Amino acid sequence: MDYEKVLSNKVQQLQFSGIRKFFDIAASIKDVISLSVGEPDFNTPWAIRKEAIRTLEKGKTTYTANAGLMELRTAITDYIKSRTGLEYDGAHQVLVTVGGSEAIDIAVRAIVDTGDEVLIPQPSFVCYAPIVTLANGVPVIIETTAENGFIITPDEILKHITPKTKAIILPYPNNPTGAVMRRRDLEKLADVLRNTDIMVISDEIYAELTYGDERHVSIAQMEGMQERTILINGFSKAFSMTGWRLGFAAGPEPVITQMLKIHQYSIMCSPTMSQYAAVRALTDCEKDIETMRNEYDMRRRYIVKGLRDLGLECFEPEGAFYVFPSIKTTGLSSQEFCERLIQEKKVAVVPGDAFGESGEGFIRISYAYSLDHIKTALNRMEEFLKELGK
Amino acid sequence: MTKKDQLVNILRQNARMSNEQLAAMLDISAAEVAEIIKELEESGMIIGYTAIINEEEYDRNSVSAFIEVRVSPEVNCGYDDVAAVIAQYPEVAAVYLMSGGYDLAVTVKGTNLRDVALFVSDRLAPLNGVLSTTTHFILRRYKEKDKMFIKNTDERTLVSP
Repeated sequence: MDYEKVLSNKVQQLQFSGIRKFFDIAASIKDVISLSVGEPDFNTPWAIRKEAIRTLEKGKTTYTANAGLMELRTAITDYIKSRTGLEYDGAHQVLVTVGGSEAIDIAVRAIVDTGDEVLIPQPSFVCYAPIVTLANGVPVIIETTAENGFIITPDEILKHITPKTKAIILPYPNNPTGAVMRRRDLEKLADVLRNTDIMVISDEIYAELTYGDERHVSIAQMEGMQERTILINGFSKAFSMTGWRLGFAAGPEPVITQMLKIHQYSIMCSPTMSQYAAVRALTDCEKDIETMRNEYDMRRRYIVKGLRDLGLECFEPEGAFYVFPSIKTTGLSSQEFCERLIQEKKVAVVPGDAFGESGEGFIRISYAYSLDHIKTALNRMEEFLKELGK
Repeated sequence: MTKKDQLVNILRQNARMSNEQLAAMLDISAAEVAEIIKELEESGMIIGYTAIINEEEYDRNSVSAFIEVRVSPEVNCGYDDVAAVIAQYPEVAAVYLMSGGYDLAVTVKGTNLRDVALFVSDRLAPLNGVLSTTTHFILRRYKEKDKMFIKNTDERTLVSP
């Protein structure tokens, strides 16, 4: 059978992410110390796990409504309101999805027709461009820089807008850079976007993991922006629930209705046990989130100082659980640096170019690990850099 | 949480960080860190810093035991005098006054089994006020002072987006 003929050209031309390639290398080496995961190291808080167990004991294992349990959608609208002041109608403006990823996918699919353009800032999470491509859209990359704090500026948006621009992805707090967009930055973006018909797909999965005195702000909070924003969040990062596969989208009813159509045909509904557990997460786990956030924050400061002490230029991350230091002074490319680091010192970090070409010259380091683990890895990196310098 | 509470939490996990490192983590100055630590030490809140040793691995012959001691309390000083006498022996690693079926919990460490047995029969049991002892030998350590002796398995994939 000639599979190349059978399989879609579009899909075959899609590349596996650079992260997967690096995973293969890491998996082939024994006793690797990894600083490469994109998921929390904490167990899901016990109250949430208990709720799921109870759900199973009661035999609540059927489908739910397509859009998700009404009880959960209500909890989600309360949660969004408490964090942002924004009001959504749980019955028509909220959709419970299989992780934030599904929400991104169906948001793009609901908006994009063939040839439509979607603005994507990079470095960023690996899924945006492929999802746009699969929807027959055209990803238009906006490269952010360390000098600009890896945020997206109004000028950059204006430069890339064309009559075909349908949407912009706004991935903040950002994976891999740890950059956040503060209120003042969002105001400026809103000034540019307010008078357009461009939808903002705001991926706020790391919203709870924003450090410093100012909490996370959503672009939907800016004047006139709620009606042109699809707010996406989920339970994976904040509640340490990656394996539960649960996220949500909140937005204008006409958009959510179309997204629901796709969701209904492709997914039916999100996992029922996860949904019940998520209600508990939203109503009963404020303290757990805070404990985890404080722990991440402490590690963040520790690792940033550690890397700077090693002589690496390190942008101050204010969100998520990643640092994105520059390795340009070593003269190595991101790939070379990471491959040699893992071969010579068995430390796995992710090459920055896996998150877009503008990530070249950087590496992504995750601090979703214990302090002891991070310390050991930093010691090995120190040895590595010393040997490089010789 | 106050900076002091946060600092104590970090020190519980790892007491070997430099003041500069601690300062970065707490977002205060190294001088402030030194100040808080000094205060904690002088007020007796921090009474020392030690390493957690995997004793049985470090020395295959070494033995530790957990001993339940029943004591007849004395007028005025209750259990404190007996406890103080027991605590002064270098073999004794820990002494606690307990609620429940016995009075003092004593952890003893010896270079071999005989050491510990002799300590109990010759030193501990004959003490004035000691009514009875029950000795439990420690077979394996799993966790001590928040630290795991068993390797924590990280179920996460090595690399993920």
